[in-house]
Amino acid sequence: MAMNYNAKDEVDGGPPGAPGGAAKNRRPDNTAFKQQRLPAWQPILTAGTVLPTFFIIGLIFIPIGIGIFVTSNNIREIEIDYTGTEPSSPCNKCLFPNATPCFCTINFTLEQSFEGNVFMYYGLSNFYQNHRRYVKSRDDSQLNGDASALLNPSKECEPYRRNEDKPIAPCGAIANSMFNDTLELFLISNESQSTPIPLQRKGIAWWTDKNVKFRNPPGGKDLEERFKGTTKPVNWVKPVYMLDSDPNNSGFINEDFIVWMRTAALPTFRKLYRLIERRNDLHPTLPAGQYYLNITYNYPVHSFDGRKRMILSTISWMGGKNPFLGIAYITIGSISFLLGVVLLVINHKYRNSSNTADITI
Amino acid sequence: MEREAAAAPEPGPRGRRRRRRRRREGRTRTVRSNLQPPPGAEEPRAGAGKGALRRRCGCPPYVADNRLKTTKYTLLSFLPKNLFEQFHRLANVYFVFIALLNFVPAVNAFQPGLALAPVLFILAVTAFKDLWEDYSRHRSDHEINHLGCLVFSREEKQYVNRFWKEIHVGDFVRLHCNEIIPADILLLSSSDPDGLCHIETANLDGETNLKRRQVVRGFSELVSEFNPLTFTSVIECEKPNNDLTRFHGCIIHDNGKKSGLCKENLLLRGCTIRNTEAVVGIVIYAGHETKALLNNSGPRYKRSQLERQMNCDVLWCVLLLICMSLFSAVGHGLWVQRYAEKKALFEVPEADGSSLPPVTAAVYSFLTMIIVLQVLIPISLYVSIEIVKVCQVYFINQDIELYDEETDSQLQCRALNITEDLGQIQYIFSDKTGTLTENKMVFRRCIVSGVEYSHDANALRLARYQEAEEEEEESVPRGGSLPHRYSMGSYQGIRILNRSHSTKSHRRSSSRAEAKRMSTLSEHTAFSSPMEKNITPDPKLLQKVIECDRCLAKARHHEHPLAHLSPEQLDIFDFFIALTVCNTVVVTSPDQPRQKVRVRFEMKSPVKTIEEFLRRFTPSRLTSGCTSIGNLAPNKSANKSGSTFLPALTNDSTLFRLDEPLGRSPLAINSNGYSNGAPDRWVPENPGLEREPEPQAEPEPEPEPEPEPEPEPEPEPEPQAEPEPEPRPQRESERELRYEAESPDEAALVYAARAYRCTLVDRLPDQVSVELPQLGTLTFEVLHTLGFDSIRKRMSVVIRHPLTDDICVYTKGADSMVMDLLLPCSSDDPRGRHHKKIRRKTQHYLNHYAVEGLRTLCIAKRVLSKEEYAGWLQGHLEAESSLENREELLFQSATRLETNLHLLGATGIEDRLQDGVPETIAKLHQAGLQIWVLTGDKQETAINIAYACKLLDHDEEVITLNAESQEACAALLDQTINYVQSKNPSSSLERTETSLSVAFSSLCSPLASSTSHPSPSLVIDGRSLAFALEKTLEDKFLFLAKQCRSVLCCRSTPLQKSMVVKLIRSKLNAMTLAIGDGANDVSMIQVADVGVGISGQEGMQAVMASDFAVPRFRYLERLLIVHGHWCYSRLANMVLYFFYKNTMFVCLLFWFQFYCGFSASTMIDQWYLIFFNLLFSSLPQLVTGVLDKDVPAQVLLNKPQLYKSGQNREEYQPLTFWLNMVDAAFQSLVCFFIPYLAYYDSDTDVFTWGTPITAIALFTFMLHLGIETKTWTWLNWTASGFSVLLFFTVALIYNSSCATCYPPSNPHWSMQTLLGDPLFYLTCFLAPVTALLPRLFCKALQGSLCPNDLQKGRQLAKSITAIDTFVQEELRTESSEQKKRSTSACPFQDSIAQPACPTKASEEPHAMALNVPLKEDTLVEGLGRQAPGSSMPEEEEAVLEEHPGNSKRKPVNTGGTAPLSSIFNLPNFSSLNWISSLSLVSGLGSVLQFSRSSLQMEKQDSDFLPSTPQPDQELQATDYF
Repeated sequence: MAMNYNAKDEVDGGPPGAPGGAAKNRRPDNTAFKQQRLPAWQPILTAGTVLPTFFIIGLIFIPIGIGIFVTSNNIREIEIDYTGTEPSSPCNKCLFPNATPCFCTINFTLEQSFEGNVFMYYGLSNFYQNHRRYVKSRDDSQLNGDASALLNPSKECEPYRRNEDKPIAPCGAIANSMFNDTLELFLISNESQSTPIPLQRKGIAWWTDKNVKFRNPPGGKDLEERFKGTTKPVNWVKPVYMLDSDPNNSGFINEDFIVWMRTAALPTFRKLYRLIERRNDLHPTLPAGQYYLNITYNYPVHSFDGRKRMILSTISWMGGKNPFLGIAYITIGSISFLLGVVLLVINHKYRNSSNTADITI
Repeated sequence: MEREAAAAPEPGPRGRRRRRRRRREGRTRTVRSNLQPPPGAEEPRAGAGKGALRRRCGCPPYVADNRLKTTKYTLLSFLPKNLFEQFHRLANVYFVFIALLNFVPAVNAFQPGLALAPVLFILAVTAFKDLWEDYSRHRSDHEINHLGCLVFSREEKQYVNRFWKEIHVGDFVRLHCNEIIPADILLLSSSDPDGLCHIETANLDGETNLKRRQVVRGFSELVSEFNPLTFTSVIECEKPNNDLTRFHGCIIHDNGKKSGLCKENLLLRGCTIRNTEAVVGIVIYAGHETKALLNNSGPRYKRSQLERQMNCDVLWCVLLLICMSLFSAVGHGLWVQRYAEKKALFEVPEADGSSLPPVTAAVYSFLTMIIVLQVLIPISLYVSIEIVKVCQVYFINQDIELYDEETDSQLQCRALNITEDLGQIQYIFSDKTGTLTENKMVFRRCIVSGVEYSHDANALRLARYQEAEEEEEESVPRGGSLPHRYSMGSYQGIRILNRSHSTKSHRRSSSRAEAKRMSTLSEHTAFSSPMEKNITPDPKLLQKVIECDRCLAKARHHEHPLAHLSPEQLDIFDFFIALTVCNTVVVTSPDQPRQKVRVRFEMKSPVKTIEEFLRRFTPSRLTSGCTSIGNLAPNKSANKSGSTFLPALTNDSTLFRLDEPLGRSPLAINSNGYSNGAPDRWVPENPGLEREPEPQAEPEPEPEPEPEPEPEPEPEPEPQAEPEPEPRPQRESERELRYEAESPDEAALVYAARAYRCTLVDRLPDQVSVELPQLGTLTFEVLHTLGFDSIRKRMSVVIRHPLTDDICVYTKGADSMVMDLLLPCSSDDPRGRHHKKIRRKTQHYLNHYAVEGLRTLCIAKRVLSKEEYAGWLQGHLEAESSLENREELLFQSATRLETNLHLLGATGIEDRLQDGVPETIAKLHQAGLQIWVLTGDKQETAINIAYACKLLDHDEEVITLNAESQEACAALLDQTINYVQSKNPSSSLERTETSLSVAFSSLCSPLASSTSHPSPSLVIDGRSLAFALEKTLEDKFLFLAKQCRSVLCCRSTPLQKSMVVKLIRSKLNAMTLAIGDGANDVSMIQVADVGVGISGQEGMQAVMASDFAVPRFRYLERLLIVHGHWCYSRLANMVLYFFYKNTMFVCLLFWFQFYCGFSASTMIDQWYLIFFNLLFSSLPQLVTGVLDKDVPAQVLLNKPQLYKSGQNREEYQPLTFWLNMVDAAFQSLVCFFIPYLAYYDSDTDVFTWGTPITAIALFTFMLHLGIETKTWTWLNWTASGFSVLLFFTVALIYNSSCATCYPPSNPHWSMQTLLGDPLFYLTCFLAPVTALLPRLFCKALQGSLCPNDLQKGRQLAKSITAIDTFVQEELRTESSEQKKRSTSACPFQDSIAQPACPTKASEEPHAMALNVPLKEDTLVEGLGRQAPGSSMPEEEEAVLEEHPGNSKRKPVNTGGTAPLSSIFNLPNFSSLNWISSLSLVSGLGSVLQFSRSSLQMEKQDSDFLPSTPQPDQELQATDYF
C-alpha cells in the first residue's frame, strides 16, 4: 500500500545529504528466497483436487492385488502340525519327558504335485525368539570365529556363558535353545515301498551369514581341535563341531545353526529346514500322493504351549504363500476407488457453492 | 551507541556481586583525583583515588574500571559453565538421565555409547551456539574497550590517548565535540564561556535534541584552562545506580566549602558531546557502574504462548510414555509369571540360573521401556523449534517490505523466541504520539486576539507536501514561474491541481480539513516547502504583522513605542514575541557543526537578588551585569529546562510523559541529518531556514561579531526535501539558523514566528535576541524561565521588554490551564467586554482545533509593575534558596506569577499521522484485533487523531467515560454496560464468537461488517481509567471494553498504560501487543506479551525494551498479518507434526510389545531408532517449518480476517493435538500390522522385519508432511528426497560395514537382502498409502464441504493467479484506452488489492488489473466460473458506478444514528456522550467526487505507467470517508 513512497514523503526525517547508495545499505536483497517468493506448487486439498489421487491409487492397487493374489494362490503349501498335543496324534507319545529319543511318523497326502524347488520349513508357534533378553543372548564375535571370544564369550551370554568352567561354544540362550528335531520325508510310491525325498541341508542360510558373519575358529585342520577348550551348550546333545559330517557345514557354519541364530521377528515363525531341489526330469519335485514324515522328536514345546509344524512350500517371485498382501491390495484399492467416487459426488455437488475453481493441482 | 547496547546484555552474576559489594560500602562514593597522592591513613575507608592507588600498589579494585565485559564465559570456564546452564533445562536432564540409564545392564536397551550420541549432539549444538554468541559479544566488547579517548596523565602532565578500558574512576578526561562519552563524567570545564556543554542522549533514551549540561559550580568561572593537577576537591556522590534522571552529590573543596552536584553536571556514558568544543571532567562511574550499563537489562527470555501449550502437550506425552511403559511392565510381569514355571526354551534365566521374579522383571521392563519409548519426548523438538525460529527471524528481517528506505532500517527482531506470538495477538496497545503520528509538529493555524488565521496556504502546503516529490516534473516549472512566494495572485490551473492533490493525501486529518476548505479557497496559494520549518504565513496576518512592524519602526524612538499600536496590533506583536521568546530553544547554525550561535552583547544573568534587581532596573536598557560565582546556582536552576524544573513535585514517571499537549516528546525538529547521528552529515546540509524572503523588509546590519556563514548560492542538498528550488531573494541577509528544541512543538512555534519575520536569533541563559524586520535585533533580557512541567502544563518566561522596559511574563500552555488563569474581566466596561468576546471566540476556535486533531496552546502575557515583580521576586528567591521542599515552593511561586494573564492568542499544531496508519488500523481491525490507544494527550485531540486514523469510525457510537469520582465511574460503567447489552441482547462474548464465524465473504468490506455489527468504541480519560482500574470496577470495565472495537485512553500515565496491559493480559488471558516509541511506553512494552518499539524518531528507549523494533507503525500490519500468521501457522503445524511423528514412531514399538512378551524388545535397529528423529526425518519438517506458506502474503493482506485463525489458535488446539495423536496411533497400527500380516509366519528375523517398518514409517512421515505442506518449493522436494536417500544410504553402509559390531541386531546385509525382496517394496508401497488414505480423504472432504477461511484464502490465491494469467491475455488484446480505464479502476476497489498494486505494478504494467477481480468476492466467483473471453471492462464499469454512490450513502448512515444518541443523553452524567457523527464529514461527498473526476481527466492524459500507485492510494482515501 503505502510502501512505494516511503522513501520520499518524509523529507525532514531522512538524512538529506546521504547519497542514495549509502542509504540503501541495509536494504535486504530482493531475491526470491529471501523474500520467500520461491516458485512453489500449492496443492489445495479438496474433493476435486484429491479425487484423481484416489482413483489412481485404486487403479494401481487393484491390479497389483489381483496379481499378488493369483501368484500367492498358485503357491503350493502344506503344513503339518506334529506337536502331538492331540491324543490321536502319533507324536503324542513323545510329550512325556522320559520318552527320549522318541520317533514318530505322520502320514499326509499331497493333493497336488509341487513343482519347482520346494522348501521345507519347520514352524514354531508361541516361541518368543524376539524376547529382549533372548535376542541379546549371543556373542557375534565368537560366532565369527574370534579366537579370544571363543574362549571368553561375551557377558551377554550369561547364564549360558560357561559350563563347568569351560566356555560354551556357541554361547548364549539362542544357541542353547536350538531346534533339534530331525525331519525326514518319504514318498509312498506304492503300498509298501517308500522312497526318501532327498533333502538338501545346504543353501538354506543367507550367503553372507554363512561366509561373512559365521566363521569357525581358526586353527588346526580338525574342527574338534579348533573348538578345543570349549564345551557344548547345556541343552545340546552333540558339540557344535559334530552338527554335520560335512566339515563345510559343521561348527558355527552349520546352516541349521545359522538359520536358528537369525532370531525370528514374531512368536509364530517358520525357519527353513531343508531344500528339495527341482529334479531335472520332467517329473514334479513332489508329485501328488501319499507321504510320511519321520520325526525324531527332541524339541520340547509343549511346556509353554508352543506348537511345531513342518511346512512344505513352493515359492514364487514374491516369496512364500501370502494371501494377505493380495487381499490387502485389493481391499485398499477398492476402498480408495470407492472414496474416489464419494469425492466425485461431493465435488459435483459442492463445487458450485465453494468457489473451488476447476483449477487442478 | 547500538553497539554498546548489544554489547552489554546482562549484568548477570557480576551485577549481583557488585550489588553486594555496594551494600558493604555504604551509601555514598567518594571520588578523588587520581593525580593527587592517595589519601592518608586517616581516611581508610574513603576509598578515594582508588584508580591511582590501585595502579600503584595493586590493591584489589573495588570500583570497576571502564572495561566492558559482557561475556559469560572464559576459555576455561566455558565447558563446565555452559553444561551447567544447559542442564537447567529439564529436557536435557531427562535425556541425559535416559542415556545414562543405558549403562545399567539389566535395563539397557541400546548400546550405551550410542544412546549418548544424540544427547551429546544436542548439547554440542547448543554449546556451539552459546559459544558463538559469547564470541560476538566479546568482539564488540573488545571494539568498545579499545576506543580511544584523551586522559590526563600524571606522568606526562598532559592529556594522552588511552583506550576506554584504561579509564578509571578519578581520571580526568578531555572530550571534544562529537565524541562519545566513555564513562559517567562530572563536568568540570567546558570551552563554552557559559560553562555549558550540550550532549545528545540518543544512545541512552533516543532523544535527539540537545541536553544542556553545566560545569560544576565553582569551576565555570575559571578563566584559564582547567588544570587537573590543581584539582584537589573531593567528590561525594551516590553509589552507582541505574536512574538516568537522578544524580546527587556534592563536591568538597579544599577549603571545606561544599557545593551540590546534580544531574546537570553529569555526562553519561554513551552520550555524545555536541555543540561544545571541548570539555574536561572527572570520571565518577566507570565501566559496568555507569548508568548506561546499569540500565541495560539485556535480552529477555519470553516464552511464547504456543510454546507453553506445547510444553503442556509434552507433559501429556510424558504421561502417555509412562502409561505405555507401565502397561508394558505389567504385561511383562504377567508374561514372565506365565512362562517362568513352564521352563520355556526362550526364557533366559539370571546369571545364577534362577529365573527372574515377575515383579523385578516388570520393574526392569518399565525402565527399559522408558528408554525405548523415549522418542516420544522428542529430543530434537526443542532444537528444531529453535532452528525454525531463527530462520523465521531471518526471513522477517530480510523482508524487503518491512524495510524502511527513509531511515535505512529494517525490522529488527530482538526476541528470538516469540515470533509465533505475532500471529495470535488479540489486543494491540498503542501509544499515539510518535507511534500513530509522526511526532513531527507542524504549525497549522493560529488565533490572535480572537481572530482566526486559518493559514489555508499552509494547509495546502502540507497537503501538497506529500505529492511534491512524486510530481517533481510538474511542480518545478510551476515554482519557477512565480516570482514571489507570497504572491497573492490566483493561479487557477494550479489550484485545480492542488485540489486533486490534496485529496491524495493519506493523512486523513489534514485532508479532511482541507477538503472542506477547498471549496472556499480562493486567492491564497503557495508552494510547498520542507514541512516543519517553512511555514507559509497567512496573508492577512502577515499584512497585520507588517503594519505593526511599520508602526513600531516609526515609533521606536518614542518614549512608549508600543502605545502607538492598536490593541490588536499589540496583541499580534506580543503574540509573536511570545512565540519566539517563551521557549527553551537553542539556536545553532549549521555551518559550524552544532555550534551555538552567539550574539552576545553582555553577560547578564537572571536577577538573583533584590539589590541586583534594583541596580539593574534602572532606565538604561543595556546595563552590563557582572556575574559572580555565587550567582551560578540560581542561574542553573532557572535555566533548567522543562521537565526537570520541579522534579520532586512531578512524579518521576511523569517525566516520561510524552503526550502532554506541550509534548515533552523529544524529537528531532531539525532532523535534517542530525537525528540520524551521522557526524559527517552536519556540515553540508542545509535546513533551508533562510527561506524567508521578505521583499519589504530591509535587512538589518548584523550586530553580532560571529563569523558570518558563507551565503551559499543554492541551498543544495535535500533533493527529496525540496521539490522545487525556490527563488531566494535576499538570502544573503539570512543566516542559517537551526532550532534545537526540547519539544517539537516548541520548535514549530519558533519556526512559525520566523515565518512572520520574528526570528529567534540567539538564546542565552540571560537573554534572547529576536530579529524583527523593521526594528532590527531586539534583545530581551530574560529574568526567569519557569520551565514546563506536566502539572502546571505551561511554561513562562519573565523578560524585560527592550522597547518599553516593562517586565513581561509570557506564558504558553495548555488551553485548559491558561484560560483559567486569565485576568478576570468585568463585563461592565467595553474593554472587558471586548476581552470577553475575544476569549469566547478563542475558546470557540480552540474547540474547533481540537476537533481537527490539532494540539492547541494558548499564549498569554502579563505585564508586571516593578513593585509587583519585586514582590514576587522576593518570594521566588526565597523559594529558590530554601532547602526544604524547594520544588513545591518554586511551584507555588510560579503559580503566583502566572495569574491575571492577558490572552494573546492560541496556536494549533498538527502532529501528522504517519503514513498508512489509517489503513493499517483498518486492516488490524478487520483482522479481529482490538486496538487500544493509550495516550497522554487530552481527550479532544486524542479523539480526533483517533478519527483521523480510523480508530474510531463516524458510523459507530463512541462511548465517552469521564467520571469525577469512583462512584460516578461505577454508575457510568453500569449504565453503559446496560446500554450496550440492550443494544446487543446476546452477551458480548457470544457475539464476538459469532462474528468470528461470520462468513468470510461478508467481512470483506469493513463497512459491511461495521454496520452489521456496530460495536461501539470507548473513550476514557486518565482519571476515569484510574477509577476503572480499581479492583471493584475492573471487571465491569473489562466487560465493557471487551465489547468495544477500539478503546481510547487519554491522559494516561505510563503506569496506567502498563496496568491496563497487565489487566487485559491476566484477566482476559489474551495475547497482547504493545507498541510505542518513547520512554513512556517502556513499561507497557515490557508488560505485554509482545512489545514492539518504533525505532524511527524517538530512538532507543522503547526499542531496547521491545521484542521487535519496526521503523514505522504501518509495518505492524505486515509484521502481524503476514509474518505473524506465517510464523504461528508454521510453528503450530511443525509442533503438531513433531508430536504426530514421535507418537506414531513410538506406537510402532509399543504394538510390537504385544508380540515379544512385553520384553521391551525392539524390532527397529537401535541405530535407526536413535537417529531416525535426528537425521532421517528432521530435514523436511524443518524446511516446511521454515518455508511453508499456508496462504500467500498478498491474500493475507487482502483478507485480514484470516488472522483470526491465529487468534483462535485454530491450528493448534487441544482437539487438534488429540486428533493428531489418534491419527498417529491409527497410522502406526497400519504401519505395524501390514508388515506384521505380510510377514506373519515367515522366516524373517526381527531386524530384517523391522527395517521395512522403519522404511514404511519414513515414507509415511514424508507423505504425511506432504499432505500438510501447503507450498512445495524445490527445497521441500530436495529435503524429502534427501531424507529418503539418506536413510537408504546410511542403512546400506551400516548394514555392510561390519559383520559383528552392532549387537544385538547385527543387521549385516539385511538392507541389501531386503532391496532384492519384492515383498519389501510391496509393503512399503501399501502401508503408507493405507495409513494416509483416511487423512487425505478427511482433508479433502473438509476442504470441499466446510473449508475454513485459510483454505478459502488459499483457493482465492489460486484463482488470482488463474485470473492473473487470464487478465494478462485479455489485456494484451485490449486497446490502450481500456488499459487506462482498468488502471484507474483499480483504486476503487477496497483495501483488498492495495498491496498487490504497487509491487506488481513495478514489475509489469498490466498486472494492475490483476487485482480488480479481487474487489468483490462475487466478481471472483464470476470470473472463476466464466471462461476466458468474458467481458472484463464491463465489470469494471460496474465498479466505477458503484462507488460514487457509496460515498453518498455514508452521510445518510451517520444521520440515521444521530437521533439514537440523543435518547441516551443522561443528564446526571453529562460526561457520557455519544459522539456519533461529526458534521464535518457529511459534506465531503461532493468534494471528493469532484476531485476524483478531475483526477481521472488528468490521468487520461498522463502516462499511466509511472504513476500507477498513486491513483490507487488516492482513491482509496475516498473509501474511507
